[in-house]
Amino acid sequence: MTNSFKKILLGDQGLVVIFVLAFVLVSIFVPNFLTERNMLGLLQSVVTVGIVACTMMFCLAARDFDLSVGSIVAFAGMVAVMASNATGSITIGILAALLCGATVGLINGVVIAKFRINALITTLATMQIVRGLALISSDGRAVGINDPNFYQLALSKLLGVPTPIWVLLVLFVVFGFVLNRTVFGKNTLAIGGNPEASRLAGVNVDRTRIWIFTLQGAVCAIAGILLASRITSGQPNAAVGLELSVISACVLGGVSLAGGRAAIAGVIVGVMIMGIAENVMNLLNIPAFYQYIVRGVILLLAVLLDNLRSNALGRR
Amino acid sequence: MSFLEFSHISKSYPGVQALSDVSFDVAKGAVHGLMGENGAGKSTLIRILSGDQHSDTGEIKIDGQVQKYSSTRDAFHAGVIVIHQELQLVPELTVAENLRLGRFPANAGVIQARQMFTEVGEKLKSAGIDIDPRRKVKTLSIGERQMVEIAKAIMLDARVIALDEPTSSLSSRESEILFALIERLRAEGKVILYISHRLDEVFRLCDSLTVLRDGKLAAHHPSLKDVTREQVVAEMVGREISNVWGWRPRELGKVRLKVEGMSGEKLPVPASFEARAGEILGFFGLIGAGRSELMRLVYGADGRRGGSMAIDGQHVEIADPRQAIRAGIVLCSEDRKHDGIVQGRSLEENINISSRRHHARFGILDLRKEVEIAETFIKKLKVRTPSRKQDIVNLSGGNQQKVILGRWLSEQGVRVLIIDEPTRGIDVGAKSEIYEILYQLAEDGMAIVVVSSELPEVMGICDRILVMCGGRISAHIDREQFSERAILAAALPDKKTPDAIAS
Repeated sequence: MTNSFKKILLGDQGLVVIFVLAFVLVSIFVPNFLTERNMLGLLQSVVTVGIVACTMMFCLAARDFDLSVGSIVAFAGMVAVMASNATGSITIGILAALLCGATVGLINGVVIAKFRINALITTLATMQIVRGLALISSDGRAVGINDPNFYQLALSKLLGVPTPIWVLLVLFVVFGFVLNRTVFGKNTLAIGGNPEASRLAGVNVDRTRIWIFTLQGAVCAIAGILLASRITSGQPNAAVGLELSVISACVLGGVSLAGGRAAIAGVIVGVMIMGIAENVMNLLNIPAFYQYIVRGVILLLAVLLDNLRSNALGRR
Repeated sequence: MSFLEFSHISKSYPGVQALSDVSFDVAKGAVHGLMGENGAGKSTLIRILSGDQHSDTGEIKIDGQVQKYSSTRDAFHAGVIVIHQELQLVPELTVAENLRLGRFPANAGVIQARQMFTEVGEKLKSAGIDIDPRRKVKTLSIGERQMVEIAKAIMLDARVIALDEPTSSLSSRESEILFALIERLRAEGKVILYISHRLDEVFRLCDSLTVLRDGKLAAHHPSLKDVTREQVVAEMVGREISNVWGWRPRELGKVRLKVEGMSGEKLPVPASFEARAGEILGFFGLIGAGRSELMRLVYGADGRRGGSMAIDGQHVEIADPRQAIRAGIVLCSEDRKHDGIVQGRSLEENINISSRRHHARFGILDLRKEVEIAETFIKKLKVRTPSRKQDIVNLSGGNQQKVILGRWLSEQGVRVLIIDEPTRGIDVGAKSEIYEILYQLAEDGMAIVVVSSELPEVMGICDRILVMCGGRISAHIDREQFSERAILAAALPDKKTPDAIAS
């Protein structure tokens, strides 16, 4: 009994099993959890982390790291609001935000891949630079949205489900496909597994890494636009610390920091576990200060589980 | 008389009987060889000896005492030291610091550096190891590092020293120093367990020999007096291998690869050579002679300073490996672990990593084609694996090499195959299979360039040998003129003769 239980926990789907168990348990024991309203609220709350986690997964899978995501989300949100205010066109605002996000990502990628600067250092630098840009461009204040249609990005619904959740689901599907079914995805995993061997096997390592960071920037911009719409303004201090939640969710989902291992199912579960923990604590009125501790403990437990699993695999 | 005794050792892992009922003993002051193909159970036996793993049944006795250890630490205290292929030294620390790690001579927490350096220096000198204890380990050659590991065993007063493939990355000169050290340890009455694939070394060094096959004791020779090499090989593979090399004459075509004036940062002197269609061209030299560096330049793996190349008379421009592959030149690197396999990914992905560009459309994979290619080459190259989904790190060296060959053969239109140390760390049975693959490729018209540090190998399988020495090509020898003496003479730097190396 204990043995087969162990096998399930340490198997490939261990995390999914834990997730399902946890979900069932909180559904039973936490009042108001399994209601349509709370479910939509839960999904809304993980939109930003979930969207950014899609591309962070690629970053980590290629043995890289991106700390600048939180700043890009804030900056892109600011750009979207300010550009659409200035031009009166929401489309231009969105395009400007995507362009800015992708440009920051491109700069990250070029510096990391071509100049061989450590990804941690590079994105630590751009994280601060981009946050600075967001603060300077707004003089440190929130910028209100002029055109009420901008709110509709976050408020509109399709089949009763808000647009941001649809965006999240579409991105999960798209990036799951990209990871498993495209040359780009396989090259990403190969680079994470062994960068030098990949280069010698004809993989264009530099270009792949630059693309990963550029995509990451663009996807952060999507998250930033939706966030700005939801909070009805461009906030230069939005999404502070987002990078840590995103990386936590990915690691929780079994993405290896040593590279070469990632799965979209894991990332989805990781994002959801983080979201549910927060949601349940809110429902139970647990003070916010304790939530930090719980989040940290969940992350540690997940990494320990991962460690046990790779040991179990190694002993075979 | 027996000092180290294994009796009835069995060990199973899920799905594998790694060792079954293995018993043999080793006398004091003996160098005992342990041979067997990869997967025969040598490593498991050594792990049990070192306390890293526990046997299911059976016991180990040292000097008549049954050893019951629960960890490597206990084995250590019982005087058993295992020196693994991957050395366990801290590169940033000095030799002396490494040797005294965990046992620094300290006064109130302050290391008595001068005392440490003199003490360690004396110990090294008395062991006949000529290495400055103040040097950082990262500045030492692999051979010197191995010496430091052995010095560690000596300083810990080990009674049993197990060496796992100690010469696999040593030059012949470094090997000689190692052998001298082993002789000295034998004279001091230590028991040495010597694990190697190399028959020459085993016959030269060992007093007795045990051969394992499929986890069972295949043979135990208390003395090697009347044992022949052929007999040992047969015991290892369980069948007679009459001719490991299996070379056969071939029809040679026109010049396939022409390299002119190739030079780079690590190869300042321009080098030129040609290989013909259907030819197996060998490159021999000591470690550091520039062979691998030249091949990496040809493949575009390192930046080049000068030189030009032509394939089938057509000039080709190669700035990186991708262009080389597209021009029909591929390279199997000498360091499979670092430059060859993609760890954590399946055989299927390792095979398809490059050739998928032929069948992927708009960057989207053709999964059916990927499976087909993987299955084809697993079958064709006789890769032994439970499935194409297996993580490549779980395969033996020979099978990994075959997967990398599969990676390149699945690229249609390979015209030049460069293979650096084709059989390093690969057992006898798989060696013959890899040679056979090379012959077939050559017969199909490929030009094959083999780089090897093993003289018998280059002499055995190549049609022609180029010898490199000190970064230049020093000789060009056709198969009819092959002789160990001529090749070695060309490989050695001017001042040194073969005798100088032996001493």
